[in-house]
Amino acid sequence: MSWETVIGLEVHVQVNSKTKAFCGCSTAFGAEPNTQTCPVCLGMPGQLPVLNIEVARKSVLTGLAINATINLESKFDRKNYFYPDLPKGYQISQFPLPIVEGGYLDIPVPDGEKRIGVTRIHIEEDAGKSMHEGLEGVSHIDLNRSGVPLMEIVSEPDMRSADEAVAYLKQLHQLVRFLDVSGADMEKGQFRCDANVSVRRFGEELGTRAELKNLNSFRFIKQAIDYEVARQIELIEDGGEVVQETRLFDSAKGESRSMRSKEEAHDYRYFPEPDLPPLRISQQEVDAIRAGMPELPGQLRERFESEFSLSSYDADVLSQTRELAAWYETLVAAHPADPKRCANWMANELLGRLKEQGKDIADSPVSAQDLAGLLDRIADNTISGKIAKDVLDAMMATGVSADAVIESKGLKQVSDSGEIDTLILQIMVDNPDQLEQFRAGKDKLFGFFVGQVMKASKGQANPGMVNQRLKDLLKG
Amino acid sequence: MPFSSLSDLKTRLDAGETTAVELAQRYLDRIDAHNGDLNAFVDVDHQHILDQAKASDAHRAKHGARPLEGLPIAVKDIFCTQDGPTTCCSKILKGFHAPYDAHVITRLKNAGAILVGKTNMDEFAMGSSTETSAFGACRNPWDVERIPGGSSGGSASAVAGGLVPAALGTDTGGSIRQPAAVCGITGLKPTYGRVSRRGIIAFASSLDQAGPMTRTVKDTAMISAILCGHDSGDSTSVVDAPEIDWLAACESVDMKGLRIGKPKEYFVDGMDAGVRAVVEAALAKCVELGAEIVDISLPHTKYAVAAYYVIAPSEASANLSRYDGVRFGQRCDKPEDLVDMYTRSRDEGFGSEVKRRILTGTFALSSGYYDAYYLKAQQVRTLIRQDFLDAFEQVDIIATPTSPIPAFKIGEKTDDPITMYLSDIFTIALNLAGLPGMSQPCGFVDNLPVGLQWIAPAWREDALLSAASAYEGATDWTTKSPAAFDGNTAGGES
Amino acid sequence: MDIDVHKVAMLSRIRLTDEEAAHLGPQLSNILGYIEQLSEVNTEGVMPTAHPHDVAMPQRVDAVTNTNRRDALQAVAPNTESGLYVVPKVIE
Repeated sequence: MSWETVIGLEVHVQVNSKTKAFCGCSTAFGAEPNTQTCPVCLGMPGQLPVLNIEVARKSVLTGLAINATINLESKFDRKNYFYPDLPKGYQISQFPLPIVEGGYLDIPVPDGEKRIGVTRIHIEEDAGKSMHEGLEGVSHIDLNRSGVPLMEIVSEPDMRSADEAVAYLKQLHQLVRFLDVSGADMEKGQFRCDANVSVRRFGEELGTRAELKNLNSFRFIKQAIDYEVARQIELIEDGGEVVQETRLFDSAKGESRSMRSKEEAHDYRYFPEPDLPPLRISQQEVDAIRAGMPELPGQLRERFESEFSLSSYDADVLSQTRELAAWYETLVAAHPADPKRCANWMANELLGRLKEQGKDIADSPVSAQDLAGLLDRIADNTISGKIAKDVLDAMMATGVSADAVIESKGLKQVSDSGEIDTLILQIMVDNPDQLEQFRAGKDKLFGFFVGQVMKASKGQANPGMVNQRLKDLLKG
Repeated sequence: MPFSSLSDLKTRLDAGETTAVELAQRYLDRIDAHNGDLNAFVDVDHQHILDQAKASDAHRAKHGARPLEGLPIAVKDIFCTQDGPTTCCSKILKGFHAPYDAHVITRLKNAGAILVGKTNMDEFAMGSSTETSAFGACRNPWDVERIPGGSSGGSASAVAGGLVPAALGTDTGGSIRQPAAVCGITGLKPTYGRVSRRGIIAFASSLDQAGPMTRTVKDTAMISAILCGHDSGDSTSVVDAPEIDWLAACESVDMKGLRIGKPKEYFVDGMDAGVRAVVEAALAKCVELGAEIVDISLPHTKYAVAAYYVIAPSEASANLSRYDGVRFGQRCDKPEDLVDMYTRSRDEGFGSEVKRRILTGTFALSSGYYDAYYLKAQQVRTLIRQDFLDAFEQVDIIATPTSPIPAFKIGEKTDDPITMYLSDIFTIALNLAGLPGMSQPCGFVDNLPVGLQWIAPAWREDALLSAASAYEGATDWTTKSPAAFDGNTAGGES
Repeated sequence: MDIDVHKVAMLSRIRLTDEEAAHLGPQLSNILGYIEQLSEVNTEGVMPTAHPHDVAMPQRVDAVTNTNRRDALQAVAPNTESGLYVVPKVIE
């Protein structure tokens, strides 16, 4: 491969504050059109912005989590362009002096980790929504989203493949949810990615980049970037030149097309926002925000591996979200003897079943205490691991405790040697040919007898005990 | 009566000698009789005004009088009001009814004032003569062939002509002070940040301030006391502005110990000799009252107009982008597509001066020109501000002519924008510096009023009121009114 | 100085007829020519002033204060349908 791919990512993250960036309108999703608007976010005459201080705090928290510099003084600017979903005809944003600068995310790559630089994070307001579907000659505008606060997170062009880009985005996505600065629901447009993609032959100058927009799932992002890289390489190899333009990715067709580029659309005529003074935050406030930062995914992973001896795979699964990690820790607190058993049952059995039902850990019908109760019964040999899976199914369907299920279904493992002997003797009587063959030396038939005993006991015989007693009794 | 001050009217109302309804009716009669000649008002709702007056009298009877109870005050059409239209005298806002009151309007209502109609203005406050109004030119009561100044010309004309005792204006480059000067009344532009801009249609956000236009200094103080104050809905509204005892500040009878700065750049050779003579005489009067005149220099004065005509249009070009026909205001007929809707609505809705300024501003901010124009102008602005700070080390207050010339004839300067812009040459610099300024009448040239401008350090409106009240007390300019409108003094010949 | 009036007009979304452009163009040039004098001023090391005074940014608390006023706010709109603003089709 003589070609190198260079990717930079811009992510617009909707901040999950209750109100918009510059007015007291609600940011709740899904309201009737234009019912969450006011003269300010409608850009009506004489209206003025007042910053939501929670937006600044969440931006600082995010900056701290990526080891960035917090600019104790940052400024707002107007970004001017005309579009019907932009009521004032300008967007309040931050240009030369954003609230956060520099920083990085370490992402997993095949041979370890790679550090991806973050150039900046700035605060800006979202635009409304334009809708054209099924409309003849007109578009409809809903301004509920106009003024919703965004953090624009811009990476350095450090990624060299679509996979790296996706890894970075997944990391960032997880982080903003961990920090509770955004719900980051991509379907609701709370986490929107634009990719700047260029190619060059190794050792050469940076190539011209194209901007890919409308990337709203990790799968499409990979698809779009791969397509774009191939497109650019083919173009250059055919003697053409890559044009700096914006391209919209069509996930249905699996290809991108150029947006009608209007050169003057790029002249945003940035100038300092006269309606907002500089935003100043004290070092004490920053320190207080840092003190309130939750444990981050990487820290959790490491702690689960060291404190609970989990495999890195399990540690990763259980630290995907704060909710999962907290649930796991509650489980371990209730069943402290075997954290690995806890991890195994939660990650594989519980989460697997929840996923099938399309449920989140928060909607689990089985609580951490309940699951701990089940694990206790495995630990004390009341039931086998195999039976426990059936018990879990019943617990999920009914919401009752493990003990209640075991009791009502009479699933207690039979460990009494007398009862097991009785079963074995009956099997021996019922299967004289196999018994004769076994005693004659056909050792393989041991498994047959095990199976028969388990079947006769409906799986409730303690397997260890069965093995032991069979060895004794079959000898004769 | 028509030329009574607010303070006199208040005394009479408090004494039970008249009622709000009576006053309202008499001023409505004045408006009916004379607005046709002046075109000072672009909207007057008689019934609504009388209803307010009735409510005021009832309030007084039941609860006592609020600070401005029953006093009629006209409102420049730049203040959004829920009652009646707000158009900024532009076609693009024809028929617009704001679903909110400007913050200062609420303050006036809460103080019991009677809001009288909407006054004429230059479209979007862009002008110095009220000739760019979509409702037609406004006229100066001292000579109806002449301009009343701008952009708050309607307010100035209405007060000068005795159609109302007081009015609200806004001042971005002189738009309260210059009309006050050429109409022979008193006007104050407070320190930037004292008065909330919320609900006032924005022209240049870092320069706009609202203020009173009245017959006397005391009236200015009465209204300022209500207008000024922090508004959490305006991020540029100052929280801890130094407090002023407005009424106490206008009790001065002399200027003993007052050091008045006389900037040489405002008394240049070639300025109108008549204006110069009148203002010099006013300064001599100040010396009689005990002041000391100190020659000072504000060296960057000559660049103020140029800096202003980059900064104001730049901010305005963005502030006026919202007039796009989407959510309010005029939309052109049968737009072919989106670009057509924008470009044609705005072409049809905006007048030439507004277009000129939007284009100037867009250009100054555009790629490749930002540094040379906008950035440069903001740097010069810093130097202008520093000039004042340096001057206030040596003097307490600065005095200048407000307008370089008395009222010019309607149509005289409309061909050359730059000539028009130079009307603001003495008023503009203090807007750039954010300082408070006041104009009061100080004489006549050819029977046309001349204004004396006072400039104080930031937050020192008390110094303005003090100097102005002392000067007013020692002279009788504020008792003069235009004979053509039932006043006592002959106006300029046409 | 020579400026492309049509380009600036498009950036400003204002239609200019050829006649208007012919009239406005020279006026704009004059205005910009007048402004040129700013280049005489030595501004080396001078900070630009964006706000006249050093004001602290107010800290608005994150609590919903606005209610649904759609009807009142859309009463002034030129064209709406089912609570949505209607404009000529936006072409992506």
